[in-house]
Amino acid sequence: MTNERPTRVLIAKPGLDGHERGAKIVARALRDAGMEVIYTGIRQTPEMIAEAALQEDVDVVGLSILSGAHAELFPRVVAALKERGVVPEEVLFFAGGIIPDEDIPALKELGFREIFRPGASTRDIVEYVRQWAAERASGGEATGKP
Amino acid sequence: MTATAAEAEELVSRLLGGDRRALARALTFVENGDPVGRQALSLLYPKTGRAQIAGITGGSGTGKSTLTGQLAKEYRRRGRSVGVVAVDPSSPFSHGALLGDRIRMQELTADRDVFVRSMATRGELGGLAATTGDVAAVLDAAGKQVVLIETVGAGQDEVEVASAADTTVVVLTPGGGDGVQAMKAGIMEIADVLVINKADLAGVDALAAQLTAITPRDTHVPVIRTVATRNEGTAELADAIDAHRQRLESSGERERVALDRARRQVLAQARLQLLAGLLDSESGRARLDQLVKAVAARELDPYTAAQRLLDSAGGEPASTT
Repeated sequence: MTNERPTRVLIAKPGLDGHERGAKIVARALRDAGMEVIYTGIRQTPEMIAEAALQEDVDVVGLSILSGAHAELFPRVVAALKERGVVPEEVLFFAGGIIPDEDIPALKELGFREIFRPGASTRDIVEYVRQWAAERASGGEATGKP
Repeated sequence: MTATAAEAEELVSRLLGGDRRALARALTFVENGDPVGRQALSLLYPKTGRAQIAGITGGSGTGKSTLTGQLAKEYRRRGRSVGVVAVDPSSPFSHGALLGDRIRMQELTADRDVFVRSMATRGELGGLAATTGDVAAVLDAAGKQVVLIETVGAGQDEVEVASAADTTVVVLTPGGGDGVQAMKAGIMEIADVLVINKADLAGVDALAAQLTAITPRDTHVPVIRTVATRNEGTAELADAIDAHRQRLESSGERERVALDRARRQVLAQARLQLLAGLLDSESGRARLDQLVKAVAARELDPYTAAQRLLDSAGGEPASTT
């Protein structure tokens, strides 16, 4: 019997764009890296995402967005998460999608530790999450630095 | 009090106070076989046994998730709180899993009286994860009045759900093979309620006739037609599940089922703990490695190797020759 727990990851798509291929590819890559990935599909409200993160007690929340509405939606997602006690100090928040340079500081400020943009490889994303999980498991405060 | 016991006690008291994050955390500890989870379960156990537990099983793509979501909504309309445990398979290679049942249960997320938890099988082959029954028990203790357990896409032999649930619902769809499929042993035999989902497709009457033919009249196994995507037949299904539970109660069958279930649980745990005890130490694992190599090299057969593993518990590494 092993007590080693697979990393549980929620991959969610807030907002109204239906471009879910990226999210699915990332979900699949994380699965292939031995993680348990909860995929909730497209068109998720901030409340739906936060509720899923709460109920599934995930270690990682990854958001995918290609609609350009991240500045609008991400603060609402984070607020809904925090309201439920899912906080960036305990859970890794990361994001992926079409997100311009100038928006990144604000997202990091919100609690997103990393933003993956077009061109990022699934290997980078997997390694990043893995590293974070390993650091956390070793008892230290995970920095989320790759 | 040990730190583990204190942590479990604190978690349980928050959980019983309605803290949903504590519930989610407790489910994690239980799912992982963590000592805190075990303690929490033992504190919660006296509060279990109140929920009505229904298992939803059937082949992949038959609409189990959609049906489970609709059923949860139906029970909510009837004023009952609902827990859902949705199981999907783990990869035998990477041990990872893609848990996608929530996709079909979107509308439930807005309702605080519904709690949905996804689980990966983590190597179990019976259609559930090893701790699915325990996860359902925690939801039960947390006050959920109905707990729905959705299995992985089950073929013919994934019958574990029958021992975890009071009522087992087997979901079929038209066009799923000829009458002989339905006559085979295994999954068809555990059905307390049969559902023909996607009942708007051709072939539904033929399937219904076959099912009626193989279910003897005196077993009361109803055949319910549903179109889960349109929420048709869900109320009838909920009625049938409730009626089955009523019959269990009034016939005294429920007591026997509870005893059977308890016996299986105790034996399963004893097996796990025995094995964990054997492999807990460095020397125990070394012993296993040694025996495994001997079996792979055909120097030893698996039966003898297992016997040596058991015999050598606590002793020196077993001789493999």
